[in-house]
Amino acid sequence: MKQIELKICLGTSCYVMGSSHLHELVDMVPSRFGDIVNVVGHNCLGQCSKNLEAGGPPYVQVDDEIIPDASIEKVLQYLEIKLK
Amino acid sequence: MSRQTIHLKKEVLVRIIKAFFSGDFINNIRLVPFQMRPKGSDVSYRCCIYKERAVLRDRIISGLGFGIENDDETLDLGIYAEQALKREKPEDIPLTVIETACKGCTPNRIHITDLCQGCVARPCQSTCRFGAISIINGKSVIDGAKCKNCKMCVPVCPYNAIVKISVPCEDSCPVAAIQKNAHGFAQIDYDKCITCGKCIIGCPFGAVHEKSQLIDVLKNLNKKIIALIAPSIVGQFPGNIYQLKSAMLKLGFSDVYEVAQGADITTKNEALEFKERLEKGEPLMTTSCCAGYFNFVEKHLPEIKRFVSDTKTPLYYIAEQAKARHPDAVTVFISPCTAKKSEAHACANVDYVLNYEELGAVFVALNMEITACEQVPFDTESSREGRAFGITGGVAAAVASISEIRVNPCIINGLNKDSIKRLRQIAREGRCPPADCAPQDASRAPDAASGCNLVEVMCCENGCIGGNAAIAPEKISKKALADFLKMTPAADQP
Ligand code: FES
Repeated sequence: MKQIELKICLGTSCYVMGSSHLHELVDMVPSRFGDIVNVVGHNCLGQCSKNLEAGGPPYVQVDDEIIPDASIEKVLQYLEIKLK
Repeated sequence: MSRQTIHLKKEVLVRIIKAFFSGDFINNIRLVPFQMRPKGSDVSYRCCIYKERAVLRDRIISGLGFGIENDDETLDLGIYAEQALKREKPEDIPLTVIETACKGCTPNRIHITDLCQGCVARPCQSTCRFGAISIINGKSVIDGAKCKNCKMCVPVCPYNAIVKISVPCEDSCPVAAIQKNAHGFAQIDYDKCITCGKCIIGCPFGAVHEKSQLIDVLKNLNKKIIALIAPSIVGQFPGNIYQLKSAMLKLGFSDVYEVAQGADITTKNEALEFKERLEKGEPLMTTSCCAGYFNFVEKHLPEIKRFVSDTKTPLYYIAEQAKARHPDAVTVFISPCTAKKSEAHACANVDYVLNYEELGAVFVALNMEITACEQVPFDTESSREGRAFGITGGVAAAVASISEIRVNPCIINGLNKDSIKRLRQIAREGRCPPADCAPQDASRAPDAASGCNLVEVMCCENGCIGGNAAIAPEKISKKALADFLKMTPAADQP
């Protein structure tokens, strides 16, 4: 299976709005899904400048998809469905 | 505080700032609750959209710097915004309870659930020292008038049928300053409150707010305005503090000083004071730069005052320097917590305080990317010891590094019931109860039987990085700070 790239945005907007709390995913994701998912921190994903309305930062990107207002539960749930 | 309430509070701040810069502050601030809960949107937390907007209105009022307690509900948010723009000085009490957001949750008490089997053993009844439990219709019943909430009956029930109902804000307050009023809503007794901010974190509804000084700061940007950044800021934002400095200059601050520079002065003076006091025969000194601890001493433990160091805090010294150099400048302390707002209010050289969340909201609203900024050095680089003040143990370690008398530190890492008990004992006996200090013993010489002579008190666990307005979890900020300290040279030894 192809590796999935999970980017946690560590740009300023996402960091301030809570992405530093997503750091736990670095340990949680591999322990739950194995090393098929590669979790990395990333510079501004360019979403924050678009608008604050649609859920807003913090953003996580999984391959080409953007998860707004990301929380640990939301990201795990997303992966659960994607990898099923 | 949950992720959701923190996020909501920050979003409100971001929108206030955007409204401020929109060119029509007065009108646009009025629209914020409607933008955040537009017609037909999901009702995420409350009974209906109108209630959610009402709570948002109150959050905005505190974000504009006003208390909710005296709110005239007929006033438009635009009028509050106008008043905020006109205001010369921020309000003195830094906290406010948003009654619309307070759930008025079930009072703190012991409750026997219907899991009670009315057993023959009845350990609850025999355990209760106040005779508060009786058996009615074959089930245990608590007499609220007699119950003292001691919780002794909770663990003895073989069916786990007895629970303690918690009120999170009350439980989080180390000095019992927040309590339900006659209507069941939280209320702060400001004669007792030490402004530590623990209830802000404690309430799952986000009902306790800081009155923000955002507007006071925003209206002074691009004038002569100097930011004083606390040592615990390292790790609270992406990038390093040199990039942070340049990002803040771009926001419109005219200069940025490290409070750690003031910490270096505090260290020197505190080491001298320590020597003087011990040579005079005093058994110990309590050192602290923590405003919450000072408020605690003033209001709850004046007996310990004779041991409290008179040396000023790092903020005091750096603000003094800033004003001496630039008497016409406005000074803004960038703070990890609410308690520092009370210190700043009493300090003539500090005009305003922004906490990390509030500063962060300015970056978000103006879309400032710190990591894209160049690095701008500080006029004076602070020492490693000064930069470590934001973490528990840092102050004592700094004093120990230059003290002529050997320091046996006792570290009070956070004010809570147990540590307050210990401080009371220190105040009474003039010595630190030795058994309690075991964890620090490893670093101590074997002849240290005389006990601790330098007691460092931090109101928040882990020190300032655990302050109520911290953005990053402590694990992250601790590591960032440790990495930064490794790169910073130690102070020159005298
Ligand atoms: S900071 Fe995350 S998308 Fe820009």
